[in-house]
Amino acid sequence: MLHVAVATRAFRRYSTYRAATVSGIFTNSVFGIIYSFAYLALWEANPTAGGYDAQDAVTYVWLGQALLMTIALWGGGTTDDLAERVRTGDIAIDLYRPVGLVGWYLASDLGRAAYHLLTRGFGPTVIGLVVFDIALPGSALDAAAFAVSLVLAVVVSFAIRFLVASTAFWLLDQSGVKVMSGAFAIFFSGMMLPLVLFPGWLGTVANALPWASYVQVPADIWLGKHQGVDLLAALSFQVAWAVVLLAACHGVLRLATRKVVVQGG
Amino acid sequence: MSRPNDGPLIDVRDLERTFDVRRRVEGRRRRVREQVVAVHDLTFSVDAGEMVGYIGPNGAGKSTTIKMLTGILVPSGGEVRVGGLDPSRQRVDLARRIGVVFGQRSTLWWDLPLRDSFELLQKMYRIPPARYRENLDRFVDLLDLGAQLDTPVRQLSLGQRMRGDITAALLHDPEVIYLDEPTIGLDVVSKGRLREFLRALNAERGTTLLLTTHDLQDIEALCDRVIVIDHGTSVYDGSLAGLHAQGGSRRTLVVDLVDEAPPIDVPGAEVRTVEGPRQWLSFPSDASAAPIVAAVAAAYDVADLSIQEPDIEDVIRDLYSRGA
Repeated sequence: MLHVAVATRAFRRYSTYRAATVSGIFTNSVFGIIYSFAYLALWEANPTAGGYDAQDAVTYVWLGQALLMTIALWGGGTTDDLAERVRTGDIAIDLYRPVGLVGWYLASDLGRAAYHLLTRGFGPTVIGLVVFDIALPGSALDAAAFAVSLVLAVVVSFAIRFLVASTAFWLLDQSGVKVMSGAFAIFFSGMMLPLVLFPGWLGTVANALPWASYVQVPADIWLGKHQGVDLLAALSFQVAWAVVLLAACHGVLRLATRKVVVQGG
Repeated sequence: MSRPNDGPLIDVRDLERTFDVRRRVEGRRRRVREQVVAVHDLTFSVDAGEMVGYIGPNGAGKSTTIKMLTGILVPSGGEVRVGGLDPSRQRVDLARRIGVVFGQRSTLWWDLPLRDSFELLQKMYRIPPARYRENLDRFVDLLDLGAQLDTPVRQLSLGQRMRGDITAALLHDPEVIYLDEPTIGLDVVSKGRLREFLRALNAERGTTLLLTTHDLQDIEALCDRVIVIDHGTSVYDGSLAGLHAQGGSRRTLVVDLVDEAPPIDVPGAEVRTVEGPRQWLSFPSDASAAPIVAAVAAAYDVADLSIQEPDIEDVIRDLYSRGA
């Protein structure tokens, strides 16, 4: 109940920034169009690159734009609140509360993600559908699996962002680590280029890293590339990273509260 | 609330806390590692229902102690028990039974109306709805917050926010409440109301209060007992009257004479400063001002008189200088 209330509150808080939302949808759409033409050129040269056809490729672009803010690929989201509260010492107040910090911030981030999905996710997808005739999930099962995969993508991304924000306990400021983590995320999530195009060992490594959960896995599920046992394996991959990373969040938080002085009186 | 042991509510024994600090030293390229002792050999206990002032100069270790009492800082040594729990190991369990108020930080959510913050707290502390409504009605009434319930916290005045924070800390019926400079920045009327409220809370519900403050009047209005801490250890534990006596603190009589005069000479007081017709006389806090005032009035033409109480800093400073 508490966590639902926390998520609802985050949803409402983000929904107050209307102008930012509209300009964000516009930006996503512009980038979607640019990337679409770039990918179309690429697939014209190699019509079966990475096992995608041209429509798959363009769909992938628009899914990426829709997911960008929903999973907070660049970092940010409610974990920025955490880093800021560590920096100012207000984190002490969070620690006085009878509730786990990881669950609290996760609930909050899911509320944020829900808002960004409905606006920054849905908006560009409609544009992509109208302008580029992107593919829709082939079956109800694929659609449902995509929904689950999307939630898992947010959880994995949250956990990584939480770990990044936690560095503020030691460094007082997360921004350097955040930039670095954002660079990893954009490359290894498949946002820049689908991981299916990564050759040899680079592809193997990229597909095993947690960032693959961000865009590549949900997009492949949407495109129907995972069926049957393979679909289960794809979702299990995300679940495994979510579990491992959330456990790491708990561990780091325990270390932080044991070792580090809460700032200020 | 029932506790398994009938010992004191707060029990602190031989508490230690050191911090590693890296310090830049001129002429050395690497920073030097140093150990700073924040709390050393601290022992005290507080029974349920007590109202205790926990005072000391800046950097004495007050906040460090509170952090260890609430479990957000792990002691380097010694023992802490609050309500039979080990705070740092059972922080979340303990959090349900304590309330914390900071004068300088808010526990409310700045973007939410007060009412929404309170509702979030109800869910967080799992306060039964009936109890929640009863408490909320009572505190809103006592603290006169009715008109602000639907205002976002960021739009509240400091006094309103403070009252909101106090309500937030008490909704779950904590056994003990820690107040850190609760009246800082408040005007006289707000301070008075807040003190009255805290006194009533203690009388009606037996809530234990641990108050850190630099405002002697907070202590005088609320606390029967004072613990003074300096350099991380307790240097005084007893009544406020006893603190004045032990500290040898002095009050000041400010005399405005009709005409300039040489330093006033009356028994029991000595002149500290003379500025034109105004003179400052100091006398021990535990002595009555009446005979001194009478003696001055009998011997001189007095235009005006006022008495300045010693502030807590003076009392403590005197205490240290005597102890040293």
